[in-house]
Amino acid sequence: MREFDLVIIGGGPAGLSAAKIAAESGLNSLIIERDYNVGGQLVKQTHMFFGSEKQYAKTRGIDIAKILVNDVLAYPDKVEIMTETTVVGLYKDNVLTLLQNEKYMKIKAKAIIIATGASEKFLAFENNDLPGIYGAGAVQTLMNVHGVLPSEEVVMVGSGNIGLIVSYQLIQAGVKVKAVLEAAPTIGGYKVHASKLKRLGVDILTSTSVKRAEGKDNLEKIIIAKLDKNWDYIPGTEEEIIVDALCISVGLSPLTSLLSMVEADMKFVNYLGGLVPVINHQHETSVKNIFVAGDVCGVEEASSAIVEGYFSGLIVAERLGHKHPRHEELYQDFEAQLENLRSGPFGEKTRLGLMELRGEDNAE
Amino acid sequence: MLNKNGVPTLEEIKSRFPSEEFLNKPKAITECYEEIPCNPCSTSCPFDAIYIGEDINTAPIVDFEKCTGCGICVYNCPGLAIFTVQTKEDHLVFKIPYELVPYPEKGELVDAINRNGDIIGECEIEKVSITNRHDKTALLQVKVAQELLYEFITVRRKL
Repeated sequence: MREFDLVIIGGGPAGLSAAKIAAESGLNSLIIERDYNVGGQLVKQTHMFFGSEKQYAKTRGIDIAKILVNDVLAYPDKVEIMTETTVVGLYKDNVLTLLQNEKYMKIKAKAIIIATGASEKFLAFENNDLPGIYGAGAVQTLMNVHGVLPSEEVVMVGSGNIGLIVSYQLIQAGVKVKAVLEAAPTIGGYKVHASKLKRLGVDILTSTSVKRAEGKDNLEKIIIAKLDKNWDYIPGTEEEIIVDALCISVGLSPLTSLLSMVEADMKFVNYLGGLVPVINHQHETSVKNIFVAGDVCGVEEASSAIVEGYFSGLIVAERLGHKHPRHEELYQDFEAQLENLRSGPFGEKTRLGLMELRGEDNAE
Repeated sequence: MLNKNGVPTLEEIKSRFPSEEFLNKPKAITECYEEIPCNPCSTSCPFDAIYIGEDINTAPIVDFEKCTGCGICVYNCPGLAIFTVQTKEDHLVFKIPYELVPYPEKGELVDAINRNGDIIGECEIEKVSITNRHDKTALLQVKVAQELLYEFITVRRKL
């Protein structure tokens, strides 16, 4: 059985960043990615990113993916990458079982970083299984990875940053965005993204959601309605929109299923996106030498996933006796970057979520 | 309302502008009303004219004495929330970010658009800058009617 110092599950921003710092520290690691390419969701992001220079702000996501991948490829003797590979088993003695092209194998790791990210939430409404109803991630994969338009027209459900950004990308691709629906009374994402859409003629309808989809073989129209303050549909406010695609962008949930295989302590923290592993300040779960980084331990932006990846790589290197030559300096830097990214009004959910996760009483 | 539909009020818009005598020269207008963790406008400015500081959640403040209206921050803002404007004798000159292909051409007459997405007149493209440095966000220099100072925000190519 092959043994690695570090096995990183997930080759997105958190996983790649962890591998970089681990390689700099002298660890040999393996990145396992179930997709046919590493880069995670970044490969679909054609817009410029927010944050500061340290997290590659103003660089397009697709180019950040290239930077992070190249950082790792710079250490060919230290980092191995397996793509199209799924971790199917994780055991308490740090044995992992993998499936790659029908081939089943076992490996062992001294430490594991789980960086599996998050998956999209869906929405319950009548006929929500009609062809033409997509998750926002699927639309991005079709459009930005494969160059295929999802439809001629679309209605977006959800005005968080993903919903607003994907709407903008749809317009750039030549799709008509007929409306963005938002169940809450106010827009969820950054207003700069909302303003960008509005000036292109897209209406964002707050306190509004989709009630029902209709169509014979494919989506043909949707019925929308206003919501009251209890999130119930207000009778008589129904309106019909003729549209051949509906894109659902109503949030993400951490992909934590592997953690249950090792019976890691979990806690439901709504602010962080749902069920998340209980971790200490070092990002270690209740199972020794199993660490987490990125959206799997709380849904945030790619910028914080990158920094959490660096941070967990640093911690694992120290744990395994390969302390990074600039450990102290980097430790402080990564902590400060995370604090800075989370300190504004948009970081409040994460701040409250982390307090709740740690059982600190002053969480609201 | 910004929170409801993404459109700032006239009062909010005016709060981002300098007093009108500054606009004899081009100046950057940062329409960034929220505290979001972001600072490329500040770090990209070669004249140190946009202040954000250590806490990157702080909204940008432009020093209109230092700002030359060069337009570098315009295509470096991930939110496409910055433009420059200058008042000329009988018209305005804006530099705006633009990310829809095909880009308009120099001399082209296009629709002038307000923050609500409505057509508010016609304007002329004076210059289209798109090099590697712009990283696919074109910088359009647009000649706009005098009275649209607080209304004009972008252009739409005529069909």
